[in-house]
Order: sequence, then structure tokens, then C-alpha cells
Amino acid sequence: MKNFLQFLFFVIVVRPVLLVILGMNVRGREHLPKKGPAIVVANHNSHLDTLTLMALFPLKDLHLLRPAAAADYFLANKWLNWFASTIINIIPLARGAVRKNPLADLEDALDRNEILILFPEGSRGEPEQRADFKRGVAYLAKARPDVPVYPVFMHGLGKALPKGSLILVPFTCDVIAGPAMTWTGDAQSFMGVLETRMGELASEGHFQPWE
Amino acid sequence: MPIPDALPENVFYAIAVIYGLLIVASIVVAVMKRRRPGEATSELSRRVTSWWFMITIFSIAIVTNRIVSTVFLAFMTFLAFKEYLSLIPTRRVDRLILLFAYWTIPFQFYFAHRNEYGHFLTFIPVWTFLFIPMAMTLAGKTEGFLRAVGTISWGLMITVFALSHTAMLLSTDKSVAGPAGGAGLLLFLVALTQFNDVAQFTWGKLFGKHKIVPKVSPKKTWEGFIGGLSSTIIAAAVAGPFLTSMPFYYAAVAGGIIAIAGFLGDITISAFKRDLGVKDSGGLIPGHGGILDRVDSLTYAAPVFYHAMHFFVFSGRV
Repeated sequence: MKNFLQFLFFVIVVRPVLLVILGMNVRGREHLPKKGPAIVVANHNSHLDTLTLMALFPLKDLHLLRPAAAADYFLANKWLNWFASTIINIIPLARGAVRKNPLADLEDALDRNEILILFPEGSRGEPEQRADFKRGVAYLAKARPDVPVYPVFMHGLGKALPKGSLILVPFTCDVIAGPAMTWTGDAQSFMGVLETRMGELASEGHFQPWE
Repeated sequence: MPIPDALPENVFYAIAVIYGLLIVASIVVAVMKRRRPGEATSELSRRVTSWWFMITIFSIAIVTNRIVSTVFLAFMTFLAFKEYLSLIPTRRVDRLILLFAYWTIPFQFYFAHRNEYGHFLTFIPVWTFLFIPMAMTLAGKTEGFLRAVGTISWGLMITVFALSHTAMLLSTDKSVAGPAGGAGLLLFLVALTQFNDVAQFTWGKLFGKHKIVPKVSPKKTWEGFIGGLSSTIIAAAVAGPFLTSMPFYYAAVAGGIIAIAGFLGDITISAFKRDLGVKDSGGLIPGHGGILDRVDSLTYAAPVFYHAMHFFVFSGRV
């Protein structure tokens, strides 16, 4: 039932809106993981980021996709909680240190061969401006060194639906996926490589400023 | 049961001829791909495949009925305008104004559908033109004001206003449109514009040497331009008497106008893309790029052809 509702939502709402109202230019689609376990890492501009990334995968793999999202935000009220857990199928993350291993749920998901979607900027922040990645992704890669990490750069959705706005304005969004990388041996070099790869993907598009 | 707004059969014959040309082109490209496999012929083959899709979608849209055709043209315009806005730098403060700019599309196409010449001509060039800077002024951010007003207004003109002339052609009264009605005129314009693009490309590939505007569009040559122009004039002289009210000699002139305007539209959009550092306006159509890449010639050809027809032919001057 849960899978069915999710499937329905993507077929009836997400895909038509993405195709007709927004439109996507996807580059490097062939790089995206075809099976789990895998970690997809993207920059974060808008609530639409998660839905767009999920829509890039075949519908049959929808149930494998697990976006990690802030528990304090998405579990804040009953409706959002239902939507986030049932339709988006998130893994709630506690912000700030609360437990001994905050990544335990993510590691478990990888052990179940699921595909994690992470936004290491932590929050949507200023739309269409990249913020530094937080290091949690490095610790996760260290804990599961064989799991490939797929960097994906996204542009445009922050213009269509930025933080703090409820009005959707049509803009074509660009998604640029790059080849996978794996754990490099230490957190600092891993983050360095990841940031460099994201920078390279970003510079593949000729994106104009948005202020 | 009478069919309301029935399409004149000439439109169907013209579509059949277009498919005939498409089959010939597909065979030629398939042979070329066989003889010289490689990236160039694969690209050509992708383009031809895309043509099959585009011609089929367009044909279905224009033979169904006039409302479907107009909605289809409005939707293509929406896609072109969206590509434009997604490429240019915009300001966050203008989000609502951009949303308003999108909403001009249904109104503009409604005026075109009703053939309301006065509203059609003033809605964007006068009212929207005055409204957008006013709304931006009231929003209160002056930084980047001129660039924002300029880019949004030009984008509305070159996409929404220019392309809405296709719908205006479609709603032309039967008494002046000719034996195939407004649909015939639309087909005449669109088929010849696209034919000119292909002819120009082909002549340019075969004989191209002397560049016209190397800094804007290095592949455009005089040989291609003149080859395209003459091919389009001949095609127009043949098709004109079937699809329009013009005898072959006026139709040939109309073909010349379409070829020249189409060429100018093409290089104008190229200049715009080059300024932004992009090669294609999008990735919607394999082998072609985005919608804006495909309708670039029409942004000039549609208004120029429409107004030439309006002034000379619909008015009875010639």
C-alpha cells in the first residue's frame, strides 16, 4: 500500500509537473546507480530537489530510494510526517548530536541494498548558491567503504521554488550526474575530491547568476 | 453529421507530401550512415528521427481542430519562453513578474484565436511592455532593473509575441485565407521555414565556403543561404496555389520573405545563445537541442510573413 501510494504520487503528480511545467535537462543519466547499495550526493536548493532526483530513477526502483531528511523539520506535524514517511520514504536524521552513532539508520539502509539520497549542505540555504558540504557523508563512506558515491549537481529548482516561497514559477532545471567515486582513505581527502567533482559538474553548465 | 470547421483536403495532401519528403530524407540518411559510419552521420540520423516525431505531433495538432491547434502552438511558445527565461540571468525579486509574464501566453493566444487584431497587436508590445517595468518599480529593487526589464521584455517579444503569429494565421478568415484556410497558411509558413533551415544546412554542407557572420554563426555561409533561398522560393511557388490564395508568383515572393526572415531569426537566436555561452537552448529534441533551437527561424518568419500577408494579401492590395 505504501509503495502503491508512492508510485501513484510520482506517476500522477511529480512526473507530469516535472515534464510539463518545469522541464529537465539531464546530463550523464547513464552514471546514476542502477542498483543499491549506493549513495547519491547532491547540492540542495529547493524542496523539489528530492522529488526530481527520485524521478530520475525507473519507477520500479522507487521503493529503493531513501532520501535522508532532517527529523525536526519533516516530522514536525502529522501531515508532513505522513507525507515524508509514506510518499517520500525518508530516513529521518536528528540534527545535532543526540545518539552515539547518528548514521546508524543510513548504514542499515545501505546494508539493505537501498539507494541513499543525501544533501550534505545540510539545508536548502540560499537558493542557487552552493554551501560547504558537511562531513557526515565522509563518515558514512568510511563506515561502508565499498559503497559507491554518486555526485549530482542540480541547478534551477531553487529559482522555481526557493526556500520560503510557496509559488512555483516554471524554470527548466538542469541535472548533471557524474561517475561514481569511493572512499579515499581519509575524511579530508574524500571531502576534497567530492567538492572538486561537484565543482566540475557545476562548471559543465553555463549557469547565469540569480540574485 | 456535418464536421464543424472541417479541414480543407489540400492540407492533408500537403502533409502527405511532407511525409513523402521525410521518407526520402530518411532513406538518404540511412544510406549515408551505412557508407560513412561516424558521429556526423549518427547526428544526422538522430535529427531525422526527431523530425518524424515533430512532424507527426504537428500534423496531429493541426488536423484535429482549431482549438487543439491553438493550444498546441501556445504550449510550444510556453516551452520556448521557459527555455529563454531559464537561460538568462534573472532576479529573485522578479519571480512574481516572471509568473505574470508566463500568464500573457493564454491571453495572447486567446486574442489570436479570436482573430482580434487590435488586442493581439497591443497586449504585449503596449500593455505588458508598460506593466512589467511598473511592477518592478513598485517592487522597489533598482539594482539590475534595466537588465531585468530589457531581458524580460525582449524575451516576451521574441518568443510569445512573435510565435503567437502562428495562431493568428490559423484564425485567418476563410474569405481571405485561400483554398486551405488558416491551417493552410500555417502549414505553408511552418513547412517552408523548416524546409529552408534544412535546405540551407544541406547546401551549406555541400558547397559552403564564404561565411556570412562568422562571429555569430560560423556555419552559416552565403552558398547555404542562397541555396536555401532558391529552394524555398521554388517550393513556395509550387505549394502556394494549393495552400494559400496567392498565385505562384506571389507565393514565390512569400517564400523568399520566409527564407530571409527565417535566416535572420536563426542568427539572432544564435547571437543570444553565444552571448550566454551556450550552444543549445535545451536538450528536449535529440539532435536538434531545445524548442528554441527549432523555432528560432520562426521567431522572425512568423511575424514578418503574417504582416506581409495582412498588408498585401488579406487586405486585397495584391
